[in-house]
This record gives sequence, C-alpha cells and structure tokens, in this order.
Amino acid sequence: MLHTVNKSPFEKNSFETCLRFAKDGSAILLFEDGVYAALQGTKFAPVVEEAMKSKTIYALGPDLAARGVSDKVLEGVKVVDYGGFVDLVAENGPVESWL
Amino acid sequence: MKFGILVSEGPYTHQSSDSAYQFAKAALEKGHDIYRIFFYHDGVNNGTRLTTPPQDDRNIVARWSEMAEKYNIDLVVCVAAAQRRGIADPEEAKRNGKDADNIAPGFRISGLGQLIEAGIQCDRLVTFGE
Amino acid sequence: MEDEMMEEGGVIKKFMYINRTAPYGTIYALEALEVVLIGAAFEQDVSMVFIDDGIYQLKKDQDTDGIEMKNFSKTYRALEMYDVEKLYVDKQSLEERGLTEDDLLVDVEIKTTDELTALMEEQDVVLSF
Repeated sequence: MLHTVNKSPFEKNSFETCLRFAKDGSAILLFEDGVYAALQGTKFAPVVEEAMKSKTIYALGPDLAARGVSDKVLEGVKVVDYGGFVDLVAENGPVESWL
Repeated sequence: MKFGILVSEGPYTHQSSDSAYQFAKAALEKGHDIYRIFFYHDGVNNGTRLTTPPQDDRNIVARWSEMAEKYNIDLVVCVAAAQRRGIADPEEAKRNGKDADNIAPGFRISGLGQLIEAGIQCDRLVTFGE
Repeated sequence: MEDEMMEEGGVIKKFMYINRTAPYGTIYALEALEVVLIGAAFEQDVSMVFIDDGIYQLKKDQDTDGIEMKNFSKTYRALEMYDVEKLYVDKQSLEERGLTEDDLLVDVEIKTTDELTALMEEQDVVLSF
C-alpha cells in the first residue's frame, strides 16, 4: 500500500493519522504541503525518524523546491519527482490518500 | 498500468488539480494509460471554460483540455456535484432550464457510477484533494 | 460465492471509503455518502470507515433547522438497504471525542487501530473524502 499525505502536519492531523494506520513496511509519500513533515528541526522530526525505522518515507522534490526547503530534508527521507511518484503508485499497490 | 484519478478540489484554490495534472503527465510520459480523470466536490470547477487566469500563470482548465485532446483522456465531471456548483453542458443547461452552459472542451458530465467503474477497471486509483 | 462472482464483468473489488470529516462544516461527508449510495449498484465489497472527525457524521440527534441545511444523517440508517453493512468506527477517534457507541445513530463495529490497519491492507480501492 502507498500512503500519501498532502497537508502540513502543523495544519491538520492527517500525517499523524496516516502514521497510526500505516503498516510496517509501507511506503508513505509526502507531497504538496505535506513535505513540511519531512524537514529537520521541527517538532515532528523525532516522530518521522521513528517512523522511518519501519516504513519508507518519500517527499516530492518539486514541492520541496517550491517551498524553499529542499536543503532541509531529514536524512533518510527519499526525494522523488513526479515520475518517482508514478513509480511508487505502480509498485506499491492501492493508494490510501490522507487528505 | 491503468490509472484512474480523482480530483476533488477546484482550480487555483488548492494544489490538488495541479498535482493531479503533473502526476497524469508523468504517468503518460512513462507510457501508462490514464483510464479516466473524475472530478468531484469542487473539482467540477476545473471543467468551466469561463476562467481567465492571469497571463503569467498556468491555465489549469486549458491544460486539462489540451491533455485530454492530445492523449484522448476521459475527463468526467460528476453531474450531481456539477449541478450544485453551476457547471453545465448544453444538455444539462436545457434540462435544468438554465440560459447558458459553461463546460470546457474535453470534459463531459456524467454520473458517480463513472468513478466506481474507474475503481473497478483501473489498476490504481489516486485521489487528489483536501 | 459463485453468486457473488458472476456479476456483469465478474469483477468484485474491495472498496473502502474513508471518512474523516465532520458533517455540515464541509460538504465532504454528504457527497461521500452519495458516492457510496450510487456505488452500491455496482455490488462491490464495500466498507465505510469513520476516523477522526468522521465519527461526528454518525452522531445521534442532528437537528439542522437552525442552519437551514439538509439533515442527511438518517441516510446512514438506509445504507443497510443498499447492502452497505460494514461500517467501522475507529475506537481511538471515538474515545478522543468523549463518545461511545450509544451516541451513534446506526449500528457500527468499533475497531482498534491494528484491526483497521489490517482491514485497509486487504482493500483493492481506497477512496478518501
């Protein structure tokens, strides 16, 4: 299963809820404002680092760049472009969108 | 792979329509098939031909129309959501006693069944919304 | 089993509808319900999950006279007639909001996080509203 989160963790609890329901081994893609969850030094960084022990977290490069935060991505988060987004969907099965 | 896409928000206010477009474009470039793009909730507002966006920014509606034409993609606007929000094609306008229609080229109005059918027929269904 | 499989086209997929929004503040709850009702005609294997504020969609005693919006809450009781019987409510969301099963207007199954996670993994199509 591929989980996607497109809202900032500071705005909505979608990221938090996603983490609660994402099984170990899942792939989680952060895009649009969801990329803010992928950054160093935020109050969510420890949660994300913990999550990365059992799940793979991706962030959409173009959305990071648009927001001027490409150089602040947490180590271990994999940055992908839209082509990578498509591959993630193709490879990981049904998509669960946490809006 | 055969993809279905659900767009649940209108143009400009949310990034959903943009993200859906970029995803669709990347999928097509990789040789995947886009079975249908279904517009629901405020997403139906992507189907009006009356937008006049600023010249120096992307034209979301026109972009969808062009993609639909180039790749023969089925862009479906949900009839119930469209009626609520005032998106109509000539038949709908006539049926509902409206003095105008506003559907953009490449879009067609149809029922929610088209979304379910896309879910059944596609390998993957991806939602872009809020 | 044979009866279920031999519909037009023969495909039965597991569809899960995830509801995380409260009613009336936005239209997502109402329009999600409309998808489920129309979708019922396709005789797929449907479940509805209520998480976070989606729980509030099922709260008893909704009275919309004052806000002059359509009260669609009784539609949840009609779902059974459309063979949509799998209504799952997230236990944590319910407890966080100080609600119990008695506060809900329809029979549901209360599920833990792990139970819902397992159910989600079984799905072919997940729709979020």
